[in-house]
Amino acid sequence: MSNLAAYRRPMQSFKPDLRAVPGASPSTLRVQGLSFYYGKTRALKDVSFDIADRRITAIIGPSGCGKSTLLRVFNRMYDFVPGARAEGKVLFEAEDIVTTNRLLELRQKVGMVFQRPSPFPMSIQDNVAFAPRLLGWRRAQVKEAVARSLQAAALWDEVKDRLNAPATSLSGGQLQRLSIARCLAVNPEVILMDEPCSALDPIATLKIEDLMVELASDYTIVIVTHNMQQAARVSDYTAFMLMNQAERFGELIEFAPTGELFNQPRDRRTEDYITGRFG
Amino acid sequence: MIQAIRLSFRTRRAPLRFRLLTTAASLSAPALVIAIVAVLFQEAAPAVTRFGALFIVARSWNPVTLDFGALPFIYGTLVTSALALAIALPIGIAVAVVLAEPGAQRIRGVAGTGVELLAAIPSVVFGIWALYVLAPLVYTHVELPVAQRLGFIGIFSGQPRQTSLFTASLVLAVMILPTLSAISRDVLRAVPKGLRESAVALGATWWETSWKVVLPAARAGIFGATVLALGRALGETIAVTMVIGNRPDISPSIFAPAYTLASVIANEFTEATGQVYPAALVELGLVLILLTFAVNILALLLVRRSVELPR
Repeated sequence: MSNLAAYRRPMQSFKPDLRAVPGASPSTLRVQGLSFYYGKTRALKDVSFDIADRRITAIIGPSGCGKSTLLRVFNRMYDFVPGARAEGKVLFEAEDIVTTNRLLELRQKVGMVFQRPSPFPMSIQDNVAFAPRLLGWRRAQVKEAVARSLQAAALWDEVKDRLNAPATSLSGGQLQRLSIARCLAVNPEVILMDEPCSALDPIATLKIEDLMVELASDYTIVIVTHNMQQAARVSDYTAFMLMNQAERFGELIEFAPTGELFNQPRDRRTEDYITGRFG
Repeated sequence: MIQAIRLSFRTRRAPLRFRLLTTAASLSAPALVIAIVAVLFQEAAPAVTRFGALFIVARSWNPVTLDFGALPFIYGTLVTSALALAIALPIGIAVAVVLAEPGAQRIRGVAGTGVELLAAIPSVVFGIWALYVLAPLVYTHVELPVAQRLGFIGIFSGQPRQTSLFTASLVLAVMILPTLSAISRDVLRAVPKGLRESAVALGATWWETSWKVVLPAARAGIFGATVLALGRALGETIAVTMVIGNRPDISPSIFAPAYTLASVIANEFTEATGQVYPAALVELGLVLILLTFAVNILALLLVRRSVELPR
């Protein structure tokens, strides 16, 4: 029980600082008029908002509202899906993510952690060293990156004596932290997280949440979650999305500093959602 | 509470008739295997008592003097199968990787259907094709030039022949290709999507993703596919018989004619008279079965030992 208490944080421990106002903090990603299509089906319509540098931005909304789709635009993961196509702009370091050809560089700068941890079939060490080795880093650099990322992902103490053990020997929560370490290894700017805790137990979830808050001092984090408490606990800004019932595309309803969005939502639909009236 | 649990147990238990039926059905396969091996032993008894263990290492095959040994056939069987696997494995896996690729839809339809049709061709048709088309082509464009230039190397030495160990291996390679690629494709498709996506999200190219993440994750299954293909290659009879040259020799050259266990049985069974000759052929069948068993068991052990199954 004492263990649990150590991880418990009061609700809404978001940083209540003045910078948590749109425009007050420099933005890393600028989403401008973004629409997204799967073949002829429109999945997102005209989404625009700015994602603040070194802050946690949560995207919330009911299933099917397009929040994962939006996240996957940020590192072009939709290139996987036949017929998928984006319109509009997502500006990142003076480059438009939607049209860039430098996909590999993009994905090194914008890392992603998925819902289900997926350890590569190799040792813990090799998992973290995967991306550095792709970049052709030297042995010493790779080794340094492994230690640094595992430490940053709060996994080092648990695995430092068995770096050569298969990654599959880790627990679910550890695996998710391994996924985070894996994308930290190549020093990304942005970390995208697609419901990173939905497959985890409460203690592992709290650990990941703590980690996110810690990482936010060095990285810009965008997290998709269907867990409103989680968004309220960890994020600085929250974007609320909803599926337009008439035309069946996802749209951004409201984007605001998290405290504001949860305490004084401007839109009626946001209020309905966060008070649990639907969704 | 306890009562409820008991009740649920009772309802879970299948009726006796059903259990008997399923038990009998599941035992029929091992029973058949045992029965077949037993009959083979019985039929081979005259040869077994006459030659003993020497049968396996003896190199002569002479129906006139009733002097029989299995070594040339064991050699031919193992070498053709190994060679076929060496040729088919890289191609089969490459095909499977493309077929399992979610992006490549158009090529998947064409190539996938092609592979499945390849599996539907009867082996005697493969044999005809190999004899009339493949063998002459291979002779003029591969065997002759290679033998001329590299004839000093043992495995390419001697006078090349149209019907040879090499030609037989090529046909076998084509024949096991569908098995290899179809099973490997299914195995690769079963690799969790998240694994592929994670690699791509880390900046891996398609090649890096396939080679470093997807294939290693599927290695146990691909190994299984390889063993199945090897099983087919070891036992494949008619197509091999048509192009291997049917000579019970152990030549170092892969361009020389050879013979396999299955081929010699098919070729000589009808003309085998007396007591010892047919018994020797049956004993070859026994050797073939045991060889296949050995390969399968070895494969199982290797899988258990070296491959840690991914989650």
